[in-house]
Amino acid sequence: MSHAAGSNRYYVPEPSIWPLVGSGALLLLAFGAVLSMNSIANGGLLLLAGFVVLLIMLFGWFGRVIGESEGGQYNIQVDRSFRWAMSWFIFSEVMFFAAFFGALFYVRVLAVPELGSPAQALLWDGFVGHWPTAGPAAKDSFTPMHAWGLPAINTALLLSSGVTITWAHWGLIAGKRKQLILGLILTVLLGVTFLGVQIYEYGEAYSHLNLKMTTGVYGSTFYMLTGFHGFHVTLGATMLAVILVRSIKGHFTAERHFAFEAVAWYWHFVDVVWLGLFVVVYWL
Amino acid sequence: MNASHTAHHDDLGHHGHAPTGIMRWITTTNHKDIGTMYLWFSFIMFLVGGAMSLVIRAELMQPGIQYVSPEFYNQMLTLHALIMVFGAIMPAFVGFANWMLPLMLGAPDMAFARMNNWSFWLLPPAAILLTGSLFVPGGAAGTGWTLYPPLSVQMGIGMDMAIFAVHILGMSSIMGSINIITTILNLRTPGMTLMKMPMFAWTWLVTAFLLIASMPILAGAVTMLLTDRHFGTSFFAAAGGGDPVLFQHIFWFFGHPEVYIIALPAFGVVSHVIPAFSRKPLFGYVSMVYAIAAIGLISFFVWAHHMYVTGIPLTGQLYFMYATLLIAVPTGVKVFNWVTTMWRGALSFETPMLFALGFLFLFTIGGLTGLVLAITAVDIQLQDTYYVVAHFHYVMVAGALFSAYAGLYYWLPKWTGHMYNESLGKLHFWLSIVFFNVAFFPQHFLGLAGMPRRIPDYAQQFTDFNMVSGIGAFGFGFSQLLVLVVVFQAMKGGAKAAAKPWDGATGLEWTVPSPAPHHTFEDPPPFDQATAHG
Repeated sequence: MSHAAGSNRYYVPEPSIWPLVGSGALLLLAFGAVLSMNSIANGGLLLLAGFVVLLIMLFGWFGRVIGESEGGQYNIQVDRSFRWAMSWFIFSEVMFFAAFFGALFYVRVLAVPELGSPAQALLWDGFVGHWPTAGPAAKDSFTPMHAWGLPAINTALLLSSGVTITWAHWGLIAGKRKQLILGLILTVLLGVTFLGVQIYEYGEAYSHLNLKMTTGVYGSTFYMLTGFHGFHVTLGATMLAVILVRSIKGHFTAERHFAFEAVAWYWHFVDVVWLGLFVVVYWL
Repeated sequence: MNASHTAHHDDLGHHGHAPTGIMRWITTTNHKDIGTMYLWFSFIMFLVGGAMSLVIRAELMQPGIQYVSPEFYNQMLTLHALIMVFGAIMPAFVGFANWMLPLMLGAPDMAFARMNNWSFWLLPPAAILLTGSLFVPGGAAGTGWTLYPPLSVQMGIGMDMAIFAVHILGMSSIMGSINIITTILNLRTPGMTLMKMPMFAWTWLVTAFLLIASMPILAGAVTMLLTDRHFGTSFFAAAGGGDPVLFQHIFWFFGHPEVYIIALPAFGVVSHVIPAFSRKPLFGYVSMVYAIAAIGLISFFVWAHHMYVTGIPLTGQLYFMYATLLIAVPTGVKVFNWVTTMWRGALSFETPMLFALGFLFLFTIGGLTGLVLAITAVDIQLQDTYYVVAHFHYVMVAGALFSAYAGLYYWLPKWTGHMYNESLGKLHFWLSIVFFNVAFFPQHFLGLAGMPRRIPDYAQQFTDFNMVSGIGAFGFGFSQLLVLVVVFQAMKGGAKAAAKPWDGATGLEWTVPSPAPHHTFEDPPPFDQATAHG
């Protein structure tokens, strides 16, 4: 562990322009989204601009942090701060998914049976309140996604990726650089394959099962939960790719490699969310 | 020792190439600069939101439609609430946390100084989205701050802007909370165990937890609203198997902790001010900590007391009634402890203490009307009447705002290095407390008599109380401009403030000079029990 002189002090960074760049990016993204959702001109352009600015910010800011870390600016107390922060961030993500899982439980246990109850017969005569459903006003039928096809393959893919990233971590701790890099490559590949299968599954759902985002509350909860999960897999795979590049460049030591652990934590979180999805969205 | 360290560092030019002018504020990583920006931003938003409330009260001076259209009235009351909650009160207490937590804990800065800056600079884009939505076709969201569907699904572009504003505000709150929680857990000076840390830090620790747990829920709720509006989902549409009441459940699962997100830091400030001006340590420190934790925990299990009339089952109503009443126990512990702190104390009544006492009296009234509303059978009558409006303004204004003023006057000497004008401060307090009660006390009567909220017109028998309330509101609103005078005076000059201008004050923040140097506690300060417990 090498320290720059005087780095037993808690590291307080220099003034930085990146936060303001990030805020500008989000403002562009927000206006871009508002305009394009309401089919007003130039919305897509603003979205693209916001996305580009956001990418520039992420590269600049994270590049800076990586530089400071490799420069030995961060002492053990800073490392502990990062651990707390990542834990709380993952907790906030858990709560974000909790909102959608909560919505799913609410419609399955309360809303749909209530709509099929005799009290609602005046409005929705003949509606049977059974899950899965597209709601009492649905015109055409759909087929729900079967758990033991593509979703089961995806479960196997994600669980395997949890194994490969742990194997990579063991390599890092044991100083076996090749094992680290190979493990990360495998994890990224498994993550990307998962995403590919997910996209294929959406295609199947739209073309063969008539299961769309507009397919009542089943379609709503299905696409919202799996969609946000897929988005998080994308983020996680991107983070994995970043630490893969850093590992190839020779970053991380057996003792100090919190960035690796943070990504691993996040990846396991994404994995656990998937298991919840597999059980309550696909299986039960 | 700390002062010499600071001088040493500035001489070395450690931060010598720091930007100046506007770039200093845009790029700053200094918790004091960021705290100052938070406080100014919140005050500006307070004036904006206040002006909107005066539009509402002007319209309500007489029955009938006088000045604004009903649609615009609804937009005013929606933006008033969103701006006051997310733009004024919450940033004010984050500003206090930024300024004071590192000083109280003996930390060199917040744990993540750059992210701290981003948390602040996310607020202006959100403010632009919210206020800018007034000028788009269809105007701003007019649903009330609760954004209930189906109305919120049907509104125009302004609703989308409000949704994205809420997303950005949520990001800001979550990042700010992660920062605060990490600072408290990891940056305390050696020897300051959790049970020795200042009460303000305890309240913020629990508040930050509530924010991290509840803001993502709100983000989820408005995301579902967005997809229902634009992507054909049916979360809140019965025709597709969803339920508009689902939104209320999710919203209030966020919304009730949100009440304590606003109240707990206020409790923290008061827990510093009352001991200082009673010249006694805070009574019952440990019970205070447990009360804060209990309030934080129970706040997640009471949300449907906002929804008694939505058709939830009787057992549900009973459960939520009892659970809500349970919150009165830890809250009662806190009020008891504040009163007992003053018991046989050497009391003096400078402006911070006056505001703390105003808080104590009026917040307790707001808490008691909350208990009235928690009783299901009573609430069925009072739901969505002015009684509710009176209740939460006693909690939000006389609770949170008065406590923020107590903190402002208490710490202003530390920030500016000058004592504020005590006579003006006292005038501000007396004008505030009198006009506040003139504005909001009659609303209890209006509510009991059945006047509904969120309506620009009303039956003639409500005229007198509405006019009284309106006079109070305008008086209260214009009295707040005094704060600007007091703060500018203290910034420009006045009597020099000692490092510890209040003889009864305790805590590490009073061991650094006034005004606090740009960098403090670069090395952890010594901590002894005598300076513990604010």
